[in-house]
Amino acid sequence: MSELLFFSLLNGIVTGLLLFMLASGLTLIFSMMGVLNFAHASFYMLGAYFAYTISLYVGFWLGLILAPLLVGVLGALVERYGLRYVHRWGHVAELIFTFGLAFLIEEVVQFIWGKETKAYHEPEILQFSLFTFFGQDFPAYKAFMLLVSIAIFIVLLLILTRSRIGLIIQAAITHPNMTAMLGHNVPLVFMGVFGVGCALAGLAGVIAGPALGTFPGMAVVLGSIVFVIVVVGGLGSLTGAFVASLLIGLLQTFAIALDYSVSDLLAVLNISVDAESALRDLWALSLPQVAPILPYLLLVLILIFRPTGLFGKRET
Amino acid sequence: MLEVKDLHAYYGKSHILQGVTFNVKEGEIVSLLGRNGVGRSTTIKSIMGEVAPQGSILYRGRQIAGLKAHEIARCGLGYVPENRDVFPGMTVRQNLLLGIKDMKVEGRWKMDDMFDMFPNLRNRADVDAGVLSGGEQQMLTMCRTLMGDPDLIMIDEPTEGLAPKIVEQVGDLLSEIARRGVSILLVEQKLAIALKISHRLYVMGHGHMVYEGTPDELKANEQIRKEWLEV
Ligand SMILES: Nc1ncnc2c1ncn2[C@@H]1O[C@H](COP(=O)(O)OP(=O)(O)O)[C@@H](O)[C@H]1O
Ligand SMILES: [Mg+2]
Repeated sequence: MSELLFFSLLNGIVTGLLLFMLASGLTLIFSMMGVLNFAHASFYMLGAYFAYTISLYVGFWLGLILAPLLVGVLGALVERYGLRYVHRWGHVAELIFTFGLAFLIEEVVQFIWGKETKAYHEPEILQFSLFTFFGQDFPAYKAFMLLVSIAIFIVLLLILTRSRIGLIIQAAITHPNMTAMLGHNVPLVFMGVFGVGCALAGLAGVIAGPALGTFPGMAVVLGSIVFVIVVVGGLGSLTGAFVASLLIGLLQTFAIALDYSVSDLLAVLNISVDAESALRDLWALSLPQVAPILPYLLLVLILIFRPTGLFGKRET
Repeated sequence: MLEVKDLHAYYGKSHILQGVTFNVKEGEIVSLLGRNGVGRSTTIKSIMGEVAPQGSILYRGRQIAGLKAHEIARCGLGYVPENRDVFPGMTVRQNLLLGIKDMKVEGRWKMDDMFDMFPNLRNRADVDAGVLSGGEQQMLTMCRTLMGDPDLIMIDEPTEGLAPKIVEQVGDLLSEIARRGVSILLVEQKLAIALKISHRLYVMGHGHMVYEGTPDELKANEQIRKEWLEV
């Protein structure tokens, strides 16, 4: 039992921090634009595919650096020549634009790379088991994912809270007009934040690609979870995104690891159920089976009991 | 220094500025007076590019109508809004830092100058700007703009709603700003400070200037004061 808890905890943190790499950018971009960027996870997917192709020529490590940069530049261009133009037609137009962009990117990815999962793997020096605990292996690559995510988290935190540019970003998000009139180039700040947010999503894709698979559906799979995180944490709140990322990461890994069914739960409560009853399928439902639904269940509960999210301030 | 000619501005369909013309010379303190709602704030906002201007705005000979707000600020124009727009989630010190446009350029003002003039701000340097009193927030917004070292500062109703003792402090700061060679465009409703420190005054009616003169001339002109200023 204790090794199960230990590995679930570790895996949950790895997943949670990976999710935060996407959620942090998405929530910052939401604070600036006032709309959710539906194409955010598409940049995550592009990161994986770019890194895959780059790794074929120059290896994994250069891909790790170049692919996020490329995705970041692409994101900045999308903001500068797409969203900034669409902005004048209002929020609905922006929303539809990001929707369309998500479809476009998925189609382009299928067109260039095809429908099947790509053979994008972790580098050989990370293909070993870091340690064995109660007979279970912990792959070195997972530890690597953990390290990268923590490093990114610390850098992001330091830049936003300790640097002058972080101060300008915060001011530009909350008071764009006043910040501009003090002489700060707010549109440039927005383009930068959008680009860096996309680059972070790209980086998440680069390191998740080998672990979770590089295929055209990867954006959709993660995208909806990331939206749940941003809403549960509170739209625009970085702290909220962090807490919700870890929460959902842990929720998912624990639900998969703990193989309990509804009847087990009822048994604990001293209620026995008839194995032949009409509801027997319900009683047999196990946690791993419902694991994919749990984040959405959490979303619904949050929307009912705390519509602003865990750390949200904004009235929407 | 600043030469505004036939300036028009709209909020949606309503024609707010209907041909505003005035100027501010180097080193001058000019006041823009008028009743509430005549368009004084809109005039400054169009100069800063926050409201789209139509017409000519020359700053040191350069046409700035149509530039973006941050470009206008970087030409050397400073703006202090009327609603004491501090960044509430940030400390007093961070607010002042945000006023600086370029860390590498040394301007007329240092943070310590601000703290020497307003010891209250020094004592509360690491306090959230949102919890300061109205007077302190007014000082902070003015100081924040000064940190950007403008050559012309436009200040919108700095004394509104403040206690007489704080109004006096605002007056002292305005004199200090002028002493350091910064031109001032002051928007006011009350006459007291404006008459005391201005070189010239304009009175604004509905969307355009209705009077221009020196403080002594305005004091003598009872008809203009009755018609356009007193309530
Ligand atoms: N954001 C706005 N939208 C629409 N009308 C506005 C707005 N701001 C000001 N107005 C109108 O424009 C006119 C001039 O306002 P303003 O420039 O603030 O006057 P003042 O500063 O002289 O009191 C007023 O009639 C006011 O109602
Ligand atoms: Mg006003």
